[in-house]
Amino acid sequence: MFIGYFTERPYQDPKSGYFGATGKSIMDLNVSNEIYDAELGAGLYNRYLDEKIYAEEMGFDGLMLNEHHSTPFCMGGAMNVEASILARITNRAKIVLLGNILPLWDDPLWLVEQLAMIDMISHGRLVSGWVRGTGRESVAHNIEPHYNWERFKEAHELIVKAWTTPGPFRWEGKHFHFRHVNPWVRPYQKPHPPIWLPGVVSRDSLVWAAEQRIPYIMLATEMEPTKQAFQIYHDTAAELGYESGPQNIGYLWKVHVDETEELAEQTGRKYVQGPSNPFLAGNEGTTNQALLHLPGLTSRRRVLPTTEVATAARGGSAGPGGVLSRPYEQQVNDYTIISGTPDSVIPKIRHVLETIRPGSIFFWDGDGAMTHDDAMRSLRLMGQEVLPAVREMAKELDLPGPFEVDPATNQPYEAQTYSAQPVEVTADD
Amino acid sequence: MATGTQTWTEEFAEVAGTKLQLVRGGSGEPLVILHDEMGHHGQVRYQNELAGDFAVQIPSHPGFGATEGQEWIMNMRDMAGWYLEALDDLNLGPVNLMGFSLGGWLAAEMASMSPDMVRKLVLVAPAGIRPPAGEIFDMFLVVPRDYIVAGFLDPEATPEFGEVCPEEPSAELNEAWAVAREEACRLSWRPYMHNLAMPHLVRRLKRVPTQIIWGREDNIVPVSAGQVYHDSIPGSRLDILDGCGHRPELEKTDEFLSLVKGFLAN
Repeated sequence: MFIGYFTERPYQDPKSGYFGATGKSIMDLNVSNEIYDAELGAGLYNRYLDEKIYAEEMGFDGLMLNEHHSTPFCMGGAMNVEASILARITNRAKIVLLGNILPLWDDPLWLVEQLAMIDMISHGRLVSGWVRGTGRESVAHNIEPHYNWERFKEAHELIVKAWTTPGPFRWEGKHFHFRHVNPWVRPYQKPHPPIWLPGVVSRDSLVWAAEQRIPYIMLATEMEPTKQAFQIYHDTAAELGYESGPQNIGYLWKVHVDETEELAEQTGRKYVQGPSNPFLAGNEGTTNQALLHLPGLTSRRRVLPTTEVATAARGGSAGPGGVLSRPYEQQVNDYTIISGTPDSVIPKIRHVLETIRPGSIFFWDGDGAMTHDDAMRSLRLMGQEVLPAVREMAKELDLPGPFEVDPATNQPYEAQTYSAQPVEVTADD
Repeated sequence: MATGTQTWTEEFAEVAGTKLQLVRGGSGEPLVILHDEMGHHGQVRYQNELAGDFAVQIPSHPGFGATEGQEWIMNMRDMAGWYLEALDDLNLGPVNLMGFSLGGWLAAEMASMSPDMVRKLVLVAPAGIRPPAGEIFDMFLVVPRDYIVAGFLDPEATPEFGEVCPEEPSAELNEAWAVAREEACRLSWRPYMHNLAMPHLVRRLKRVPTQIIWGREDNIVPVSAGQVYHDSIPGSRLDILDGCGHRPELEKTDEFLSLVKGFLAN
């Protein structure tokens, strides 16, 4: 079992009038950055990095980052910058990028270099995920949505070749053209850093991941459609003649741990307050229907079972004014939010693991309107009580992670161990 | 004078390596109408009336309607090149060519690439040129119906508004709009709905009688772009209609028909 920690790094501004539980709507792409407060931003970037250091100390295997653009719900517009810092200030946990928005890069060779440098500086701790991005990303960086999937696949091929094939070579593709590929940095890991793929919507992407034997991570989707979508992965693997297992699939969902049930309830509700992702269920933002249906971004006919739920969650079945569906209580009931004391959280996590059988899990915490103290309390209790219990559970349920069994070969890694001991880390190490 | 009883036929013509969906009506000199970025979804009055004087041909561009898209067509110049071959294969040159919005941009590209193929050119609020004042309305940041509504200065006062933009679009129409947006996206995403070379390329239209028609209150392609078209095409005429948005053919049908028929008859 591989256990990662994630927060989307929201821009929390209690003064703005837009954020926090003020009741004002957040319409996707309609919030001007004129309200951006530099002191607040500087503090938040450092807070989220500090929390990552503590997550490593508390025994998490992975520190997960993601990237969105032009939106207050995710400050990681240049996620590779944060990853570069983590490469130096942490020393054990994997740096899991889920992921770089591949189609956005007009020059993927820059990605080849940046990611190889992160892998070098971290001594091989990079997990390099790719995503296709939402409509918001295509608009913000003005990349043709219609070519999203073509650009994704071509950039992937170019990057893997540049990481694995000695240069110089030429690349004359449909979307990318290079006359001299010979980056003077190569990845620390051989043949290259692991590539994972998170998603919720596209059947094409999931089948592609199964074809490449790339682990697929479902993001905060309800359990039943998640299971159905993973079955497509397993069926594709069977058609291709290999047996996929827990090492091939991962699941991210919201887990918060607190000192009392009362505090856990009070803090858990903060998931759906503040600028947490309006893209996801139960939040207070208002979706932009045009962005959700950007032409050609994903095939309208080849979507996953999770899409319907995801779409409903994004306002597809929203009430008047497009207010998002699935309130907090419903998310608690369907296990997409688990918040409680260690004693009440552990059996619920077990239920999720038994149902979905993932080899990688990510606890999404410290989000929405949660404060630094909220995040740190939860991290401490996770490290002290939850992670050790989940590791035992994973052994019992036979849920090997992708660093125990190689998803590309189904062979166990030799002597692959993870220290659950807190490690002292400072930037001077 | 033709009326609403005009007979139209629909066929699929094998041209330029694909099957082109083609609606035909009327008789006389050929008049090819190039539809806008939302596609062609049934005939309206100005088309019926023009079919009284011309053999009107309304093709659905590759990727729109039931005409299969061509993977290699990645921009408007590619599309114009394909269309010229299609006109060859239809034995249709030289033709009167009339284009609306994105279809106007297409018509201007085609005519400037091959002026001998065009007898007379009518451009109705064409995209294609970056307006010196104002910006072209971003169709991809609103849902399809809202985009169509934005094209009309006063939808309520437009007799055929409900026909082209029903309050509750059918599933078929919603699907057709989605298909149209995908192809429009391929042709126009970046730079958005224009080509910086257009003012220079259209200079060649000095060989082709060219009429440019614009609504003064056009909220989609600002009328300033119309002035650039006019200034860039020696000998062209620019007719600006007051109290009119992006759809002169629907908002001011009588004035539109009078202008177009006068121009094409000369």
